[in-house]
Parts: sequence; C-alpha cells; structure tokens
Amino acid sequence: MSEANLEWPLWEVFVRTKAGLDHKHCGSLHAADPKMAIQLARDVYTRRQEGTSVWVVRSDHIVASDPGEKGMYFDPMEDKVYRHPTFYQLPESVDHM
Amino acid sequence: MQASIQVSSRPEVQYLLRIGDTALILGQRLGEWTGHAPVLEEDIALANMALDLIGQCRAVLAHAGALEGAGHDEDQLAFLRDERDYRNVTLVELPRGDFAVTVVRNTMMATFFKLLWERLADSRDSELAAIAGKAVKEARYHQQHAADWLVRLAGGTEESRRRADKALAHLWPYHAELFAADAVDQAAADSGLGPRWSELKEPWFAEMTQILDEAGLAVPAAVPFLSTGKSGVHSEHMGYILAEMQQLQRAYPGGVW
Repeated sequence: MSEANLEWPLWEVFVRTKAGLDHKHCGSLHAADPKMAIQLARDVYTRRQEGTSVWVVRSDHIVASDPGEKGMYFDPMEDKVYRHPTFYQLPESVDHM
Repeated sequence: MQASIQVSSRPEVQYLLRIGDTALILGQRLGEWTGHAPVLEEDIALANMALDLIGQCRAVLAHAGALEGAGHDEDQLAFLRDERDYRNVTLVELPRGDFAVTVVRNTMMATFFKLLWERLADSRDSELAAIAGKAVKEARYHQQHAADWLVRLAGGTEESRRRADKALAHLWPYHAELFAADAVDQAAADSGLGPRWSELKEPWFAEMTQILDEAGLAVPAAVPFLSTGKSGVHSEHMGYILAEMQQLQRAYPGGVW
C-alpha cells in the first residue's frame, strides 16, 4: 500500500449559521468516516457559535467544472447585460426592497 | 512568592471542590495535548474539551468560594492551595500517556461527569443546578467523542488494539475511588446539594460495559485497589502538575492577561 492510501479522506464542511439560512461552505478537514467527519467539523468549525447544523461531504464526491474551460464556460456571459433585470421600472412601493 | 490559602473543611465546600478540582486537573491534562495530538482536527477537539472542563471548574470553584464565604475567588482556589488540599480523584492526575490512555480516561471520566451533572441539574442549590444544566451538554459530547475513539482504537490495527487494552488495564482500577462513599458524600445527599457519588456506580458500570462491549474489550476484573485523591492524598504526579499550574500565580500574585 502506498503512503497516500493511509491518509484519512478529505471532507468539505458546510455550516448553517441559523435556522432558515442556507448551509455555507466553510472549509475542509480529514476524517476516517462520516461520523468522525461530523464530530470534527463541529469541533473545528463551530467552536465560536458559528453553527446550528453541519453538513459534510467527501471532497472526491464533488464534481467541479474544469478550471481550464473557465473561458468557454463563463466568459460569454460578460456582455449579456440584458439578462440582468435592471431594465424594468419598479413601482415606487417595491423600489427599496 | 504568594502564600497558600486554607479552605474550609465544611462538607458542602469539600463536595464542590471535588467536582471543581477533578474538572480542573483533567482539563490541565487534556490541555497538554495542544500542539501534540495525532492530527490537527483532534488537537482542536481535545483543546475544546479541555476548555469545557476549565470552564466547568471555574464556575464550580467560584461557587465553592461564595459558599465558603472567606473571600476566595476561583483563581485563588485553583492556584493557591497546597497539594493536600486538592480534592480531585487520582485518576485525572495520572500522566496523559499515549493517545489510548487519554481516550480511555476520557471515556471513563466523561461517562462519570455526564451522570453526575444529570443528577446535579436537580440540586437544591439553584446555582449548582444551573452550572450542571449547561455542563451536561458538554459532558455528553465528551462521552460520545471519547467512546467513539475507544471503539476505533480497539477495532483498529493490532498496535492500536494493544494500546487500548493496555490503557484500560492501567486505568480501570482507579474508577473505584469515584464511587467510594464518605461523610462528605452523605452530607451532600442529606442537604440535597447533590447525589452520593456511590449512587452513580451502577449506571456508570452499565454505560461503560455497553461501550466496552461495542469495542470488543472485556470489562477488567475488580481489584481491591483504592486511590485516595479525594481526601487529598495524591499520586507522585500531582506535585508536578501543580508546579506547572501554580508557578505564574505564585511568582506574580494576582497576575492577569
């Protein structure tokens, strides 16, 4: 077995700061299994009252866009200003929402 | 050099000192892992638990000082007593050992503290009941964390299994002191301050047996050994902890951050 296989897998940690809000990605950690990952996420990322709920997901289960294709994927949106809803005149009463 | 203080021998004060000192010394031992734990995440977890214990100790010692009525605050009680006046059980002052020793001790102590705080939440002393209501949540987590590790170590590699076995054999005999009855215990039960610790023996055994079963470890056989930290007669390790803990307050009386 190679040295690398002895490392605990990496997990991404998502913390919900209060009920009703969404879980936000806040970092990662190493843990042997899901239960340990949840416990360590609690210990590492919520020790200053940051959370009311924690999610963890194995980092290798996340599918990400290819940084090399960033140009093809995201640059074409640069000049599509008409996709922003900024051309509508809002009624006065909702203007400051 | 700051001189030592003398603390009242009244049973209610002594009962609180047992709780506060046991949390204090265990917290100090756990704090020794800071920067030395096997992995970064566990390092932070152990430091969190050490701080939980110091926080519990602080609340209980402050209350002990108030009950005593001699003007001693929690810092004076924590740092200015002589070794014989500390009332922690011997188990918590033993060296932190390897990670298995810490895990076994934490499992034993967190299980004990959880049961104790649960009972103290019903104390006739409303201040102590409030401290217990908060502390029991911390102890519950400490127990889960430690027990999970014990199961992992026992079911891990040959080496981790050997170390878990060895730590259990080494520490187990010290549990007897937790449940040894005496006059301080009796007075606390009579006044409604808290339970006789001997009443916690049965539920402690039940929970420990369950954890050890899950870990596939045998409950060690009973031996007649009885440690005596609660009455102030400590192991040879206690002096070294106190030297390290007290040095600053003794050299710079009243020093603060």
